Formats: sequence, structure tokens, C-alpha cells
Amino acid sequence: MKQQNIVLFVGGLIFGAGLAVGGMSKPEIVLSFLKLEDLGLIVLMGCAAGLDFIAINIVPRFIKKPFLGGEFKPRERKFGRNTMIGAIIFGVGWGVSGLCPGAALSSLGVGNLPALAGIGAIFLGAYIMGRWFG
Amino acid sequence: MKVFNHRFQRYIMFPLGLTPYVFGGILIGIAVSSVYILTGTHATQSSFFTSTLSYFVKHPFFQREPYQLTREWRLYLAAGVILGAFIYTITISPDGFWVSSIPVWRFVLGGFLVGFGTRLSRGCTSGHGISGLASLSVTSLYAVVTFIAVGIATVYLLGVLGF
Repeated sequence: MKQQNIVLFVGGLIFGAGLAVGGMSKPEIVLSFLKLEDLGLIVLMGCAAGLDFIAINIVPRFIKKPFLGGEFKPRERKFGRNTMIGAIIFGVGWGVSGLCPGAALSSLGVGNLPALAGIGAIFLGAYIMGRWFG
Repeated sequence: MKVFNHRFQRYIMFPLGLTPYVFGGILIGIAVSSVYILTGTHATQSSFFTSTLSYFVKHPFFQREPYQLTREWRLYLAAGVILGAFIYTITISPDGFWVSSIPVWRFVLGGFLVGFGTRLSRGCTSGHGISGLASLSVTSLYAVVTFIAVGIATVYLLGVLGF
């Protein structure tokens, strides 16, 4: 097995456990955030992004290259109309379902079998987007 | 375990306390930052759906290089996310398994829009919300503010309509 795959698999294990610990794998908790009844998800996102900020902006000052190969490159996406239209459509879907891509996968992991319908629908949405709007 | 709860519990902003959110966020942060430091890869989620479709769909959009080159590790990442949540649930989780009482049509309709929207916007809660914000990307900041605001408005509207 390739080194990168092992790292991403183990990273995924921790990521998925974190989503479950933080309650994001329960769509009900995500919806209670969007109802502004429980603002904990902002704290969760802040902790995660804060640690990633250190990895992306500070660690590369001390080590030139990632330990196992590859390059340090911050994540940049060009801004465009689709950034906003896509975010609006995602926001509607998030509010309707309480699912986002990673949380939907972890939801399946905590035994929420109905989330499978959501995962199938995410595939379909990604297909339609790529096939006719890509 | 309830180290962060004693003062904040009284505030309605955090009825479940802060402990799960802080620990969950730190775990996710450890995952994405160690993957980045080890391999230079941003462990983001939504591209998994497009890159996995590239195994089956011959249409040129799905056969683009970024999807070809990343589809293998994205499968491993997704398998890890499902399994990590599962292992936590059967070992130390205080809650056990969870099955939503949200009607399935909401998962189907919402999921479809999530799949379409995140791919059009080229990022989701992890791509824009974690890796993008951590990269100080202005594009991601606009996207995050937008999908959170629209999510709040959508839930509010559904509430008004009686759902």
C-alpha cells in the first residue's frame, strides 16, 4: 500500500472520530447549530482550522518539505460566480438535511443508516454538476 | 471530562457544553494538520464524490487530472472517516449508535443539493471551512460565510413552513 494512502486512511480515522466526538455525525446537532440553539460547531470548526493554520502557515517556516514527500502549498481556489452559487446551493442542502460531505460519511459510521440515502444523493448531485455544469 | 462546561453551560449558546466540540475540533485539527505536515495533502472531503465517480464515468469532466491523481487516497480517507466514527462509537462513545429521526426525503433532497453545491463551489465545510480558512483564502471565507448564512435562513424558513 502506498505511504500516502496509509497516512490518509489513518488521518481519516482520526477525522471521523473527531466528527463523531463533536456531534457533527448527528444531523440533529448540525440543525440545532443552524437554528442558532447551539453554537458549538463554530468552536469545533475554529479548533480544527486553528490547528491547520499552524500546519499550513507556521510549520513550513521550519521544515522545507513534508516528511514523506510532496510539497507545502496552501489551499487556494479562484473566486468566481460558481463559488457563491455553489455555496448558496450547498447552504440550502445543509439546512434541509443537516449533512455535509464528511459528516454524512461519519454519520454512517455512527450507525445512522438513513444517512446512506444522503450519501447516494450527494453522489447524484456531484454527478449532475460534473456532467452538465462542469 | 466536563472540564470546559462549568461556566459555559449556563449560557444558552452551548446547551451541551463545550467539551465535545473542543475535543472533536482538536481531533479533526490533528488529523488534517498531520496529514499536511507528512504529505502536503489537504485532507478535504467533497472531492471524494467526484473523484470516486471518475472510476465509472467516462465524461471528460470526471477524467480531469486532479481527480485521477487523488481518487485513490480520497477513497482511503473516506473509508477512514466512516471507520473512525464507527470505532469511536463501539468503544469509548457514551452515546452508542445513533439513528436520526429526520425524514429520509430531507436527506435525499438536501444531500443532492449538498453534492451539487459543494462541487460547484469547489469546497465544503472541510475544504472551505477548515483547509481554506487555514490557508487564509478569501474565496473560502466568502464561501463559508455564505453557506452558513444560507443554512441558517433555510432552517428558519423550513421552521416557518412547519417542518
